[in-house]
Amino acid sequence: MENERKDLYDWMMNLDRRWVYLVIGVVVVVTAIVPFRVPMYITPEVRSVYDFIESLEPGDVLMIGVDYAPEVMAELHPMNYAITRQCFKKDVRLLLCCLHQNGPGMVEQVIAQVSEEFNKVNGEDYVYLGYKPYPGITILAMGQNFRIPFPEDYYGTPLDSLPMMRNMTNFDDVKAIINISGGSGTEYWINYANGRYNAKLGIGVTGVMTSDYYPFLQSGQIFGLIGGMKGAAEYEDLAEKAGYISREKDQLSAFKSMPIQTTTHIVVILFIVLGNIGYFMSKKRK
Amino acid sequence: MRRVLPFTLVSIAGFFMLIQYFIPREEFEWIYEWTLDWIIVIGCFAMLLGLYSLTYVSVNKVRRKTPGWGYNLIALAGLFFMLIVGFVPGQESLVRGSAFMHLFEYVYIPVQASMFSLLAFYIASAAYRAFRARTILATILLVSAIIIMLRLVPLGPLSSINQWLANFILTVPNMAAKRAFWIGVGLGATATALKIMLGIERTYMGRD
Repeated sequence: MENERKDLYDWMMNLDRRWVYLVIGVVVVVTAIVPFRVPMYITPEVRSVYDFIESLEPGDVLMIGVDYAPEVMAELHPMNYAITRQCFKKDVRLLLCCLHQNGPGMVEQVIAQVSEEFNKVNGEDYVYLGYKPYPGITILAMGQNFRIPFPEDYYGTPLDSLPMMRNMTNFDDVKAIINISGGSGTEYWINYANGRYNAKLGIGVTGVMTSDYYPFLQSGQIFGLIGGMKGAAEYEDLAEKAGYISREKDQLSAFKSMPIQTTTHIVVILFIVLGNIGYFMSKKRK
Repeated sequence: MRRVLPFTLVSIAGFFMLIQYFIPREEFEWIYEWTLDWIIVIGCFAMLLGLYSLTYVSVNKVRRKTPGWGYNLIALAGLFFMLIVGFVPGQESLVRGSAFMHLFEYVYIPVQASMFSLLAFYIASAAYRAFRARTILATILLVSAIIIMLRLVPLGPLSSINQWLANFILTVPNMAAKRAFWIGVGLGATATALKIMLGIERTYMGRD
């Protein structure tokens, strides 16, 4: 009996990692097949980004800096889609740029699809500046004039020949910048776009990056923060309630993924509890 | 001369970029914009250098058949295949529907997304093994991690209490630690920049 208990505690503490993988895999697949609705608590930092875009008038220009690669698209693509749809529905014009080498395709995917949905015209309703390396330098140059780093747009058209860009010079001509980033790009936007040029800045980052940016939120250097898939799901929830996006028509991927993320987190917590029970019981016996 | 010239250039450029920030005059603005143009041009050359370096290292490894040379061969094949597809004459490579974008959407995106998805399994396993309440500090870390993770989980009436706790952790102890960290990084960066501009730190030239 004594030995059996010892074995049980050892098993609880030193579970083979393949069991952990298997349980996580099963939970992900089952939740994907049998989804459920996760109640959404809207955090103030997500609401402030949404409310700001909501306050924009038709014809205003919002800049979106897209600095992420496919590896984090599950977290960041949904917020990009939701913001773009909200803007186009409100006839807010978009100025897009990309400072991550694998990001141009991400922007192209979103803008091509959403502009088609809302019949928006390139050069009039939106301009996609394209990609330039060295984010710090590119942001500093854009703060002077968009034409320094981007004399042409992504499709090779000179900026001056695009109707939307005729009266636009630098960050002073955009209402705000939303940076959606999966890496250190956000720091450059905070340091240079906000710090040097005083541009109004909101950010969308991955879940693991979120805690890094709370100090900037409190200091007022950023006015809003959309953190990871949960932040994106909150944003989708707000946009859906306002009628900007529809659960049936649009792929609300963050909202759909929340049950998977929720159950996976519960399972991870259960594994941690299991390991600790085993640890304490075996320690008690000694 | 080999040491004096780079040091002088770095010093002048560094001090100019520092001074112009505090002097809002048109001449400075003009030189500043001109400098930014130069930095972008130099940056493009650095990319070419990177391309050359990657090719050189990979070709050498393949030629010498060093362990893992097959991966270098795949890296080279991928690099040049994407380059060739991107430069196919007579077609826009950066628009949706082009061969280049098809490769990006149907090869690159799934490969990279799959690689990153595997992290979920490793993190679950690592959390199970690492989060043991062995000491007071480890217990604090464990409890904080669980509160933050539970932020994503609907807990009924307990949700609002947990949200409050999670927000407290993020906006008070987390923020205090991050601020200390960022101030340290900022001071370190300033000190290093000054050392470079004054010629005290010269390792960027490749030697002491």
